[in-house]
Parts: sequence; C-alpha cells; structure tokens
Amino acid sequence: MSEIFKPEVDRRTLLRRAAAVGLLATPAVTMLSACVGGGDDKDDNAEKPAGTVSATNPLGIKEDEPLEIVIFNGGLGTKYATDVHIPSYNKLFPKSKVAFSQAEEIATVVQPRFTAGNPPDMVNNSGSKLMDQGALVQAGQVQDLTDLFAAPSLDIAGKTVKDTLIPGTVEQGTFKDKPYVLNYAFTVFGLWYSGKLFKDNGWTAPTTWADFTALLEKMKGKGITPFGYAGANAPYYMYTVLLTSAAKIGGADILKNIDNLEDGAWTNDAVKQAATAWAEVGAKYSNKAFLGLKHTEVQLQHNQYKVGLYPSGSWLENEQAKDTPAGFDYQLMPIPSVTAADKLPVTALYAAAGEQYFVASKGKNPRGGMEYLRHMLSKAGAIGFTQLTKTLTVVAGATDGMEISPGLTSGNKALGAAGADTFSFRFDTWYKKLDDELRAATNELFYQGGTADKFVTRMQKAADAIKADSSIEKFSR
Amino acid sequence: MKHGRYPFIIGFLIVPVAIYATFVIAAYVQAFQLSFTNWRGFSPDVSYIGFDNFVKLFHDDTFWKAIRHHVLLLVFLPLITIILALFFAFLLNVGGGSKGGRTRGVWGSKFYRVIFFFPQLLALALVAVIFSRVYAPDDSGLINGMLNQLGTGPVLFLADKHLALWSILAVLIWQAVGFYVVLFSAGMGSIPTEIYEAAALDGATRGTLFFKVTLPLLWNTMQVAWVYLGIAAFDAFALVSIMSVDSGGPDGATTVLGLEIYRNAFNYAQFGYASAMGVVLFFLTITFAALTLRVTRRDAIEL
Repeated sequence: MSEIFKPEVDRRTLLRRAAAVGLLATPAVTMLSACVGGGDDKDDNAEKPAGTVSATNPLGIKEDEPLEIVIFNGGLGTKYATDVHIPSYNKLFPKSKVAFSQAEEIATVVQPRFTAGNPPDMVNNSGSKLMDQGALVQAGQVQDLTDLFAAPSLDIAGKTVKDTLIPGTVEQGTFKDKPYVLNYAFTVFGLWYSGKLFKDNGWTAPTTWADFTALLEKMKGKGITPFGYAGANAPYYMYTVLLTSAAKIGGADILKNIDNLEDGAWTNDAVKQAATAWAEVGAKYSNKAFLGLKHTEVQLQHNQYKVGLYPSGSWLENEQAKDTPAGFDYQLMPIPSVTAADKLPVTALYAAAGEQYFVASKGKNPRGGMEYLRHMLSKAGAIGFTQLTKTLTVVAGATDGMEISPGLTSGNKALGAAGADTFSFRFDTWYKKLDDELRAATNELFYQGGTADKFVTRMQKAADAIKADSSIEKFSR
Repeated sequence: MKHGRYPFIIGFLIVPVAIYATFVIAAYVQAFQLSFTNWRGFSPDVSYIGFDNFVKLFHDDTFWKAIRHHVLLLVFLPLITIILALFFAFLLNVGGGSKGGRTRGVWGSKFYRVIFFFPQLLALALVAVIFSRVYAPDDSGLINGMLNQLGTGPVLFLADKHLALWSILAVLIWQAVGFYVVLFSAGMGSIPTEIYEAAALDGATRGTLFFKVTLPLLWNTMQVAWVYLGIAAFDAFALVSIMSVDSGGPDGATTVLGLEIYRNAFNYAQFGYASAMGVVLFFLTITFAALTLRVTRRDAIEL
C-alpha cells in the first residue's frame, strides 16, 4: 500500500506523461486538414417534407425539430426577428425551439460552419462582411425556395406567397433559373434632402438637368456643399446614381447588358453620357475631401445642413435616426433627367429588393428555415418589420395607408409615381470583383478628375476580364 | 543520469512543437495545397488545377501593384526607422558626452526612453484608428483642422494617391521607432565604455564616436533590425486595411499583398487564388531574410 504514498513521482514517469499530452495535441493537425477535402456527407433531406403536410403546415416541417437562425446585426437591428418573426413562427409551431443568434460579421461567424458541413438553417447574409452568395449557390449550399413561393400566404387569404410580393422579388433572388434567396427589404434609391432646408430656401426638387445644376449653383452660393458621397467606403451609393442615370438615358436594358457582361455594355453612349454629366457635378459641386470620408461622416454633415443632396437608399432615415435634428424631414427625389430625350421618364427609380435571407440546403432543418421565411413574408410580419426598421418589405402594399415616418412616406410616394418604371442591377452581388473595380473607377471619375472615356474603357476592360475568367461562375437574367 | 537527458528535453519541447506544428506548419502546408486548387471556401470538395493560379497571378496588375508597394516599403521603412532609432538611441546613451569616466545621454534621456516606447504599447489597430483621425480631411482631422484654421486648404493625406502610401509609411515608422531605440540602446549598453574613453582621449568628436565606434559595434543588432523591419514591410496589412480609402485605395494606391489575399479569400471567395498569393509572399519573405543576412554578413568584433 505504500506504493500509493510514494513521496516523489519518478521523473521519467512525469516526462512520459508530458509526452503523452503532447501526442494528444498532434491529431488536431489531421483534424484541421480534414476541413478541406473530407466530410462530404450529402444528406439531402431538403427536397422532401420531413413532417406531414397540412393546411397550417403547407411546407410539411417536422413540428418538434429545432430551428437555428442567424441574423445580421446592422442598420436594421435584430429586434424585428426576436420580437416579430420568431414569436409568429413559434405561435404556429410551439414545439420547434428556435435558436437565435446575431452576428456583425456574417462571413466570419457562419462561413466556417458551411465548410464544415453543419450550417445554421436560415442566414441573413448581409453587411460588409457578407458571404459571396453566388459562390454559396455554386457550392450547392443553398436551398431552392420554389416550394416556399408556391405555398399559401400565412395571413393573406387565397394567395400564394409569390402572389403577395412586389413583382421582380423572386427574380431578384434567382440564380440559374431557380429562386435561392429571399431579398426581403425593399429599397428605393435616390437623392435625399431635408424638406426643411428646401422649404426655408424656397427650393423645389428639380426634374431637368438644367434645373438641377441651377439648384446646385444656388446651394453653392449659400455655402453648402451641394452634392457629395463618402469615397472612403461608400462609392457604391454614387455608382448606383450614375447607373440610374444611364438607365434613364438608354432604357433599363443598359443595366441588363451590364449584368450579363455583354460586349460593349459599358462603352455605349448612355453610360458615357451619364458619366460625363456626373463627372461635371463632381468637379464643380462637390468637395474633394469627401473622398477620404466615411459614409457616417458625410451623412452627419447632411444632417447638419452642410451637404445639400446625398445619394442613398431608403435605409438612410433609420440609420441616421439618432443624429437627425428635429424637423429635418427626410425627402427623396428621383435622379433628374440628364437629357430631354431620355428613354425613361424622370419618375423612374432604382428600386430593388435587397437584404438577403437564405436557407441552408445541408442544414438540419431546411423545411423549417423555409417556414420561417413564410412568417417573415406574412402581412403581420411585414408590418412589424417596417414599424421597427422604417424600411419597406417586398410584401406588396403591406403598410399602405400607415404613417410611419416622412422619409418612408416620401419613398413610397416616389415608388407609386414610378409605376412600372423601376429597375435594378445584380452584378454587384454576382461579381464582387466588378463591384470593387466600379467603386475605384467611380471615385476616380467623381473626385480625382477622371473622364467619362477613361471610366467606360476601364469598366469594359474589367467586365471583359471577368467574362474571360473561367474560375468565376457566370449568371444572367 | 546521462540517459535521462533526451527524454527530459523532448518532454519539454513536445508541447510547444506540437502547437507550432498545428497552428503554423500545418497551416502553411495547407496553404501550399490550396494554392493548386480552385477552392471557393463553401464546399468540402476541391479540384486541383495545377499552376493555373500562379499563371493568373503573373498577369494580375493588382498583384504587381502590391509588389511595387512592398518594394517601396522595403527600402524606406527599414532605412528611415533605423536612422531615426540610431539617432535617438545615440542621444539617449552617448549623446550627453562623458563625465567621470561614464558616457551618458542627453538631459532627460530616461524620460524620453519611456516616451519613445509608448507607441509600441498600443495595439496596431488602435494606432490606425488614431492616425485616421490625425489625417482626416475635414475639420475634425488633427492636421487639417489646423490647416483649415490657417486657411491653407486641406491636405488629402489618405485620399491623394500620391500621398496615401507615404502617409501610411509614416505611421509604420512612428510605431516602430520606439522598439528599435530600445534595441539599439541595449546594444550600445554592451559596448565597453573604455572604448569611448580611449576615443574621446584621442580627441574624437561625437560624430566620430558615432560613426567609428558605435556603428561598427552595433552591426549585428542592426542586421537583425533590418530583417525584422523588412518582414514588417511585407505585412502592413492592418494599417492599410483600417486606414486606407476604399480598402487599399484610392484606386489601389496603397494595396499590399496581405490585403489582396484577404480580399480574394473573403470578398471574392477565391481561396485557391488567395493561397497562391500567400505562397508567393512566403517565398518573398524567406528570400528577403536570407539575402539580407547573407549580404550584410561581416566578421563579428570580439569585445
């Protein structure tokens, strides 16, 4: 028995134990390599309903299967999920436990889980660190949403989910002829101004280019920077304006050609004219120092009445809610017509469904993920979202007649005036590289004395390079 | 007890070596493996495409732009940092002349020594954020706020493509100098005072002391400094990523390999291509370190 109480552990035994600990660490090496090349368990439980299909359960989810969702925590917050959509889902399926988490960097948090093969069921792929949606689809990680759109709406009687949506929504999330992504928030894009500033000065929203430059001139005279965007991180806002002008001049097909990487899609006259017009605004009516500013800094100056017109989407009002002085009265104006012979009227708008939500095809509960989206697309779900985020959804007319905020009303009015003349582009999510090149080219054109010719040649070259690159999957619409 | 020595040494080494193998060597090996694939980061399946990534890299303008920026950083970062650090270290240790047989620094050198080291204590990301404010183009910027008061318009440090990389280089130098002041101070501390005394007796001025005594005896330390700073010049990712306009801009004017790797991997989901860049960076760094050590080799002076 004295063996147990032996006062000192033999040194060699100790070392052998230490060595054993070291050996334990080595298998981790092989585990790491297993991330690539291994683990291809393709259990496609996605296509068939897991539970019984019924009127209240049209997608046939398994009622006690837990559901995991990840929401991007950015300008829209996460309250709409925790306070509106999850309760709605749980009301119908109380036994399905929802595991909610939020992330500010979606790719950082979620991407490793896709690679490892245990993704969350529903992901809000958004923010500056979003995952490349095209690559996700290419890798077969995204659930086909056809069944969701064909299912009956949760609370709009007699209609399928698809029937309740603004036309174009399903197409906006379509890759290779199949709907893979729900773009939920509906964004109207234009030039924002303070209703108060305009009223105090007796200014009105111009519709022609001559009136527009005259207004910019007046603003300049008042010591206001007439127009500007943040070059450091938001040239995207400006190129949306530029391409909107191009679409108005030459018709919405201009954007379609750009998306489809057609030959000469950038070097045509419409894009060139738009670039010329906006390069002049950049040279005469902006401040070159804005190239070094971030979007929040320019937006703050806008709120301080130091910037007249600011290009942005309808998320702006909510994003600036904290800094907006009382009575600022956010208003939206469509981009004025560049020429009198523009193919589309001045009321035409860049408007698109944005903010991506998708279901993981290789997750544990893909049917549940789709059911969750059905709750987001219910009328009650849409109203709750708009009230909390001051952002419209793709559910058509869900908040009609509700007074929520001046900016939202103004955007809604512009959308009504535009009628069928709304358009958008997709290349920025399809080809991230083209998006980056356009950001740099736009900064050059607007703030660094670039010319329209240089701009279109540069972009055509970038688009051609992507077209020729076989490693990038191509999409078309 | 001789037979117990190797198990003893191995026992102590095995854990750190295993950790190193897991997190460094295995990662390197995997990067080499991935550089020959077209992996996009979202699926467990990879297909091998041979040297395609490297061929593409060779024709990539942005890649060469990044290389040019590294060359510029590689020349100026070590050069300016070492000159400044040597100058400060000399002043702090020897610059005050000698008194009672002991060399000393200029007045207040103990205080300065602490001050110089301060930037080293700040996290790099913090330094980047601070200097973004210093360089900001509007009135909120430290420098431009003052310039605007004087009425001499703003200087677009980060937004002017001719100035941007130099502005970032300045921050790199500011951050690095403190460490090398301390390093060189330690080196100077180990130089026997008799040598200075003897030189001083022979009528050597401070300049002669510096060039004829301090510099040759510090050669080894400087060599190390050069290699460290060179490797830092191959990095610069954090500062560029946080400070630069339109990440790596304006118009690619500040981009570096680290940023391009990050962009290709995490924005374009081209992990294979990004790994190929990583492999190139690996060889560049190794080559640089080997070359520097070889070219600057001199006989060590026995003290």
